[in-house]
Amino acid sequence: MADTPIAPAGHVRLGSNSGQSMTRREGVAKVTGKANYAADNKPEGLLHAVYLESGIARGKVISLNTEAALAHPGVVHVMTPENAPSLAVSPDEKPVPFSARMEVLQDNRVRYAGQPIALVLAETLEAATEGARLLAPEYEAEPARIGFENGEAYDPEFVTTGTPPARQVGDIDAERKKAAHTVEVTVDTPLQYHNAMEPHVIIAQWDGDKLTIDMPNQAIGLARAGIATYLGIDPENVTLRSPYLGGGFGSKAVVFGPQYLAMLAAREVGRPVKLVLRRDQMFGPVQHRSATRQTVRIDLDKDGRILALDHHSLSTTSSFDDWLESAANASLSIYASPAIKVSHTGLRVDTGTPGAVRAPGLASGTAALEVAVDAAAYRMKQDPLDFRLLNYAETDPGTGKPFSAKALRECYAEGAARFGWKGRPLEPGQMRDADGYLTGWGVGTALFHAPFFPAKASAVIRSDGSVGAQTSGADMGQGAWTALAQMAADGLGMPADEIEFEIGHSGLPDGSVAGGSAHTASAGSALFAAGSDAVRQVAEIAMNDPESPLYGAGNEGVRASGGRLHRVDDPARGETYAEILTRAGIAEVEGQGRGRREKSAAEQYAMYSHGAVFAEVKIDPDLYQVRVSRLVGAFAAGRIINPRLAKSQLNGGMIWGLSFALHEEGIHDLRSGRPINNDLAGYHVPVLADVPSVESILVEEHDPHANALGIKGVGEIGITGTVGAIANAVWHATGVRPQRYPIHIKDLLEGELARQRG
Amino acid sequence: MTRSLTLTINGTKHDIELEDARPTLLDVLRERVGLTGTKKGCDRGQCGACTVLVDGRRINSCLALAMSHDGAEITTIEGVADGETLHPVQAAFIENDGFQCGYCTPGQIMSAIGLFSENGTANDPEQLREGMSGNICRCAAYAGITEALLDAQTRLSGKE
Repeated sequence: MADTPIAPAGHVRLGSNSGQSMTRREGVAKVTGKANYAADNKPEGLLHAVYLESGIARGKVISLNTEAALAHPGVVHVMTPENAPSLAVSPDEKPVPFSARMEVLQDNRVRYAGQPIALVLAETLEAATEGARLLAPEYEAEPARIGFENGEAYDPEFVTTGTPPARQVGDIDAERKKAAHTVEVTVDTPLQYHNAMEPHVIIAQWDGDKLTIDMPNQAIGLARAGIATYLGIDPENVTLRSPYLGGGFGSKAVVFGPQYLAMLAAREVGRPVKLVLRRDQMFGPVQHRSATRQTVRIDLDKDGRILALDHHSLSTTSSFDDWLESAANASLSIYASPAIKVSHTGLRVDTGTPGAVRAPGLASGTAALEVAVDAAAYRMKQDPLDFRLLNYAETDPGTGKPFSAKALRECYAEGAARFGWKGRPLEPGQMRDADGYLTGWGVGTALFHAPFFPAKASAVIRSDGSVGAQTSGADMGQGAWTALAQMAADGLGMPADEIEFEIGHSGLPDGSVAGGSAHTASAGSALFAAGSDAVRQVAEIAMNDPESPLYGAGNEGVRASGGRLHRVDDPARGETYAEILTRAGIAEVEGQGRGRREKSAAEQYAMYSHGAVFAEVKIDPDLYQVRVSRLVGAFAAGRIINPRLAKSQLNGGMIWGLSFALHEEGIHDLRSGRPINNDLAGYHVPVLADVPSVESILVEEHDPHANALGIKGVGEIGITGTVGAIANAVWHATGVRPQRYPIHIKDLLEGELARQRG
Repeated sequence: MTRSLTLTINGTKHDIELEDARPTLLDVLRERVGLTGTKKGCDRGQCGACTVLVDGRRINSCLALAMSHDGAEITTIEGVADGETLHPVQAAFIENDGFQCGYCTPGQIMSAIGLFSENGTANDPEQLREGMSGNICRCAAYAGITEALLDAQTRLSGKE
């Protein structure tokens, strides 16, 4: 089957599969061009779709030249609000989790620049593209509301999806009265767009009321339920194939308006339809990270202990939906403080609706908090690492609960040793390298939630000796094809490269969401359980069979390994799964597994992955160009299934932090509201030359409470802490405290001039 | 007006009919020849996912009109391995985890092969990083990519 990757040879395996640095199971498929991404499919009779996007940010479309588009050779159909079919439920409803209000040509209103306003179907991509251009829309434009100064502020009912917008711990006014020192910083973060390398894409084909979709998706079970609801069909009639995602980062957890337009169009014309967003279209209907303006105030006693921590975030959202970046909540779980206040204000602007971008809340929140903490350390004339240790949280400050595990002290120690932190001058502007570059060192604390989602999996053992495991889960690059197979294989008592393994299809047991840094723990636990359940059944057959050497051994007296069951007291006495099933005349047994977290543990403990990131920057003393010359991160995230892939996740996360600190910024024209840098030349992300040295250390941590296997997540934590570490290193090199991201040369030059003026 | 052209792709001659001159080399490879290993990331020459070799030189196939390469020899990711044996650059990308989602990987590998033939196999990490900076990896597998490039050079020089 084309979707099944070829397992590369050369896996190193010693004992269990988990914990081994196997190379990627789908590696050969990916390096030979054989990995089947959604846009690579070409069903018979395929039509290409291109949508026309709005050139204004608010107002109405008053005309479209559909005749001109239809007259272009190859154009088959043009969908506009005049003739577009409706969804079965209002596009403003949110019938399933991970829904967002969307545009499916329901009317001629424009709510943001880049909104789809028409869809053209043609025999070729070129004809569809030209057809869309010929539509030449005319608008009735209203003034765009863009930027912190022009939006409409409001008090939100919640942030992200259902989190309270404000929390208070202790008596902040009382604590402030005791304070000897106060530090306050304001930090702006910009709109950031996910920009996975693979743009959003869908190929939709109908057979009666059965719909088959090729579409990269992080949450197949939820997507299927949502699609069925919006299209008014039975979920069983929706087949979604997503064996490989070309990156997701949160944006492929949700199905947006453009994909629904393709599904509606395919039903309308009775032919398969392919829609691939252009890169510039990735800056509109497919979400982004809210811009934030954050204020962090820290009140300290005379020794530098935090008495009160007050974090507020003004977070942007769209004019018609409610997602808000929960940035201020970062201050609830990192540093000890008798009093903490976190709060959010919403700001409506004329952009698409934001959503979860890798490390939602905590990436932006720690970007501000870590700068404030660094400023507080300097106020106390303490080493920034010592200051963090002085304010180390032994219990979760926001809830008072104990941590399920927290090896942050070890992260600080191992990271600092590897980086060579010792001897860092306290004052800024003290270090130059051999070439005369201003050099600075900074540190930041990393933290990410360790959630757990209900996931299901199945496993099979056959009488011919073959075994397999399945779950619908998704690999968007994090390594699910490999790490999850390792866990399934451990459950099955088999080497990982000897099992059949399948993910990325809606016909498989629901593996839940690849997101929240929870997929390995959640889907992996289900797979391990499914494998174990299949082995249990084989063992029961053998133990009840007088002809088996395992007869009467009892389930504690039997162990599985290498596709064979043997007696614990005598490993030589045993037989293979195939022998057991063949003698019993059973073709196969199927095991079912669920991942779960003990409810009592979830109530009793605060669960997080922790880390410490150290950054070195080098800054041109004349031009103030900033380069990150070194990043070292040490992370404790419970049990690590595949160190090679976990390090890649952490390294990639830290580089996202670098990108946040120095590169990424979605800029919209204040007059028209249009994105002005909506391509990969203008919207900067790091390239190889920007990342000379990045290194992750996996710190040993045993978490007995997070789940039975002790697994937490590594996908998002790398960004958190890194942004602040780089900003703090920039301060250490220059004495200028960054007040916005990305850090601009202009800000450093102006800061330096202001410093010189005193 | 219909146009015809001939491309030799991975050693096989293809006679291609186009209804007009608009299709890019990338779209011809993917949509008409059926070689989908080459990826479209930006369609503007800004990300490098579509990198292929044309007459031995690496180019962004999204910025090339297919018609303008009539008669050219083209190598794509599908033509790099020797049967079941991976090219040393491919093997090094797997071994050093030089990718995550894999979408930019065909372009990274073609770009690396092109770079090595431009520069020989000089072992200078700084030069390698600069020479590969036309290929964006949003997963940011850059640590692995750097290791893969250095490893590939070692493998290639050992072979020569």
